[in-house]
Amino acid sequence: MLTEVIVAVAVLGGMGLLFGLGLAYTSRRFAVEAEERVAMIRQVLPGANCGACGLSGCDAFAEAVAAGKCPVDGCPVGGQKTATEIARILGVESKDVKRLVARVKCAGGNSRCGTKYKYNGIASCRAAASLYGGQKSCFYGCLGLGDCVRACQFEAIKIIDGVAVVDENKCTSCGKCVKACPKNLIELIPESCRFTVYCSSLDRGALVRKICSVGCIGCRLCVRSCPRKAISMVKEVLARIDPDLCDNCGECEKVCPTHSIRCSDTLALENKSQAG
Amino acid sequence: MKEILVIILSAVLVENFVLVKFLGICPFLGVSKRLSTALGMSGAVIFVMTITSVVTWAVYRYFLVPLGLEYLETIAFILVIAALVQFVETVLKKTVPPLYRALGIYLPLITTNCAVLGVALLNIQKYNVFEKLSLAKSTLYGFGASLGFSMALVIFSGVRERMEKADIPEALKGFPIALIAAGLVSMSFFGFQGLFR
Repeated sequence: MLTEVIVAVAVLGGMGLLFGLGLAYTSRRFAVEAEERVAMIRQVLPGANCGACGLSGCDAFAEAVAAGKCPVDGCPVGGQKTATEIARILGVESKDVKRLVARVKCAGGNSRCGTKYKYNGIASCRAAASLYGGQKSCFYGCLGLGDCVRACQFEAIKIIDGVAVVDENKCTSCGKCVKACPKNLIELIPESCRFTVYCSSLDRGALVRKICSVGCIGCRLCVRSCPRKAISMVKEVLARIDPDLCDNCGECEKVCPTHSIRCSDTLALENKSQAG
Repeated sequence: MKEILVIILSAVLVENFVLVKFLGICPFLGVSKRLSTALGMSGAVIFVMTITSVVTWAVYRYFLVPLGLEYLETIAFILVIAALVQFVETVLKKTVPPLYRALGIYLPLITTNCAVLGVALLNIQKYNVFEKLSLAKSTLYGFGASLGFSMALVIFSGVRERMEKADIPEALKGFPIALIAAGLVSMSFFGFQGLFR
């Protein structure tokens, strides 16, 4: 009886030991010279696997960077900090990365812009947009049904008064929301540029004025007021600030009659108090 | 020659591991969403099952039987399969990196695939019934069984790809309808019962 037990244990234990040794040997014998740097780069990456770099995940990005197929600053989520770390690991210089943030270029909330019809369908901007361009009076306006909120992995977007608002502190500029918005309202803009035209309407000024109280009416006051000539007109009806030229003087905000040009700092404060 | 055909056909059709014996249902449902992943998994399974039937046959014949430890077959085979898959993975990684990358995550997943353990145990059952089933036939049976697994996986991935576009009642979306479809496919395979006497 006891011998049987001992034999069974010995045989199985022996087999286990044998296989273990065999595996240890093969792993030594067939060791693949793993890129040490890949593991090191992987460690400094955010690890959200969001795919903002264009690859399938952080592992893939680490490999691509080590192989030189991707720039060191290819991870928009990690930003400057990660880029510097990766550059240190690879022993190359990293350029300064401008931090981008997503901004929703529409401020026409429910209290500022009316509706064409009452929308009762599924809560998705994409679905609403397929019905005569959405329920908003303004064809270009934010529908506020939260496709971008659902796309954001970092909980940086909220719907406040029927308009999506990005929390710039939480935004990692992964660009998911940009793709999710059926109205193409969201743009990645360098954080350094604090002033943005919060309107995307390409309608004529008279029509904009009729349907929305904060739309850009294309009056060009801002274009004339800008000391650095950073503002230009899109299709003659919509102002656009060039973030590379803007030095945040704030003149445009002061002259804008409809207050569609806003500073993101004051806007964030306002939204905070509104969201309660 | 005829015997070889009978072994393969019975393993693929009559005793199909997934659809008749209901082994390996987890990967069957898990990786059959797309044809490409189904093919990857199939490749890995064919590879591992065939090698497993060779090795477990040898372990049983030359190790467990002489020592009178037949009752330890299950645990011994689990040990063998786990070590084997690990071994194959290490070797493949070094020698055939493209194949290693193609099999990807499916290779380690197979360690815990009950169809693989099933093939080993069934081979031993047959070994005892047919008075020392030869190594060649065991291997053939393992190969046939893995082919059957692959076929089931590929057929079902086709079914599921079509189901994506079908208008399915809300309550049945996802896994429920997959299970129902699996049942239907399985029933059709029961038609092969009695193909060989």
